[in-house]
Amino acid sequence: MTASRYLLRRIAQIVPAAVVIVVINFFLLRLAPGDMADVMAGQSGSASPEFLAQLRQQFGTDQPLAVQFAHYASRLAHLDLGYSFRYSQPVLHLIMQRVLASAALMLSSLALALTIGCALGTVAALSKKRGIDMLLSTVSMLGFATPLFWVGLMLIVVFSVKLGWLPSGGMHTLGIEQSGLSAFTDVIRHMLLPVLCLTLYYVAIYARLTRSSVLEVNRLDFVRTARAKGASRSAIVFRHILPNALLSIVTMTALQFGALFSGSIAIETVFAWPGLGLLALDAVTTRDLNLLLGILFVSSLFVLIVNLLTDLLYARLDPRIEVQS
Amino acid sequence: MSSLTGAFRRTRRGAILQRMPRGISLWAGMLMLLAVIVGALAAGHYSDDPLAMVAAPFQWPGQDAAFPLGTDMMGRDLAAGLLAGARVSLVIGLEAGIAAAVFGLIVGAVSGYFGGWIDDVLMRLAEVFQIMPSLLFTIVVVIVLQPSINSIVAGIAVTSWPQVARLVRAEALRLRHAEFVQASIVIGMRPWRIVLSHIVPNTLSPAVVMTSILAGNAILTEAVLTFLGLGDPNVVSWGSMIGAGRDALRSAWYMTAIPGAAIFFTVLALNLLGNGLNDLLNPRERENG
Repeated sequence: MTASRYLLRRIAQIVPAAVVIVVINFFLLRLAPGDMADVMAGQSGSASPEFLAQLRQQFGTDQPLAVQFAHYASRLAHLDLGYSFRYSQPVLHLIMQRVLASAALMLSSLALALTIGCALGTVAALSKKRGIDMLLSTVSMLGFATPLFWVGLMLIVVFSVKLGWLPSGGMHTLGIEQSGLSAFTDVIRHMLLPVLCLTLYYVAIYARLTRSSVLEVNRLDFVRTARAKGASRSAIVFRHILPNALLSIVTMTALQFGALFSGSIAIETVFAWPGLGLLALDAVTTRDLNLLLGILFVSSLFVLIVNLLTDLLYARLDPRIEVQS
Repeated sequence: MSSLTGAFRRTRRGAILQRMPRGISLWAGMLMLLAVIVGALAAGHYSDDPLAMVAAPFQWPGQDAAFPLGTDMMGRDLAAGLLAGARVSLVIGLEAGIAAAVFGLIVGAVSGYFGGWIDDVLMRLAEVFQIMPSLLFTIVVVIVLQPSINSIVAGIAVTSWPQVARLVRAEALRLRHAEFVQASIVIGMRPWRIVLSHIVPNTLSPAVVMTSILAGNAILTEAVLTFLGLGDPNVVSWGSMIGAGRDALRSAWYMTAIPGAAIFFTVLALNLLGNGLNDLLNPRERENG
């Protein structure tokens, strides 16, 4: 199969998944009790039935479900995610405002965790001493059992309340005008605790994954051949084992992107980090369905595209894939 | 005869001794879980209403012997909340773990055994649930069904069955070509009976292991949901205790630390149990860890 046909085939697989996600989320959310009109009317103190009806007419929620869905689908086809009446802004605009903050948090933690996790996992897998392996397994088991948001709160107690070294939340120090380098270091200072928290968790995942992946590759014939011909230990690890072991780690990372975003919802709440997770939670509590649907759609689409890109990358790195498909 | 059983006994004992370091995992997990179960059962005897305001607020653990873990900002007994929370966590962990495992087992067995378009449709569906951000989708399910223990169980189960389904499907694919399954086809057994009497029982052990891991994950997810204020406000759970304690984090961090430690302890117990069961049921996988 040629590369372009493979690409087309993979894209063709994405479309139905995206459609199913849109349909499930749209109809599920319309079943939710209470709509935005209720929430808005409740906040304004009192509301007459006429006012509620007027709000619903404005939001389009007074129409039959099928009509609403048709409207939604046709707008979505033009990449219009709708309008958030809550924020009085287009949903896409709101998402774009927050996406950078989330990405900064997730990608820096991911980069740190992949580096540390791969190193730890490789050492544990290849170490002759069983103690190191046991230690890593124990640490990653403890990591898996710890509630991430709770670690965040405890980090705040230690580093913000007791030691006073780092801010406890937000993205900028309030009340001070900053620019250039000082503004940048201010953001970094605010990032340290949430990044530390997410990194601890991801390291537990990737150390374990790398360990089993390296052990698997280590048993293969070509590694034995490399040893037999007298290749140095570092050459075996860096030229033969790691490139092959990393393939499966890359796939897992892509597959877990949705899970990573889930983790950041709790962390963004704990540290009041103005990212997509916090926006999603806000959309839930205020019943801003357009916004919630938009976030669900964009984050799912993002995972789909990341997976597509890894598949393509994978097919390039490992020629056996194309033959199989 | 006697020398034969002697030799058998020696090798059996040898095998068990070899497994000892891993066997510890199973025993430690069971003991820890037992402690949580005892706590959950004692909840009703210890206090009638963990939400009742019974003492002066902001008492640190150990300050008053009558309230060993202290009181929160409303003067509620933290120990009573902790025990009541154990009950909620165990119920949710167990129900969500079993629901996800049973559904995943059925989907995986059907998908792997029948293959073809059935496999395609079911696996694409599983993919959809893995692509969506699981916590956000769980939240959506919970608000649609109204916050309660049951809706939280449903929300967690809906997002965690695909893991089991994938695992079981891989096993079922392998089993489809096993001789005893081929033999059943030849003697004219109906496909559904083959799935239920041959495929499902033989894929049960990885599913059992997964149940214990999934139960741990379910407890963590429940804690996040109730921490975010998406649980039933009339039910005390460890997550809601952390959420309430968060407001007093600066002055009284023990209110947050104690329920978090309870979550950690319980999830660790379930993961240790899962690891131990894995060694017991799938000895082949031991070296892969």
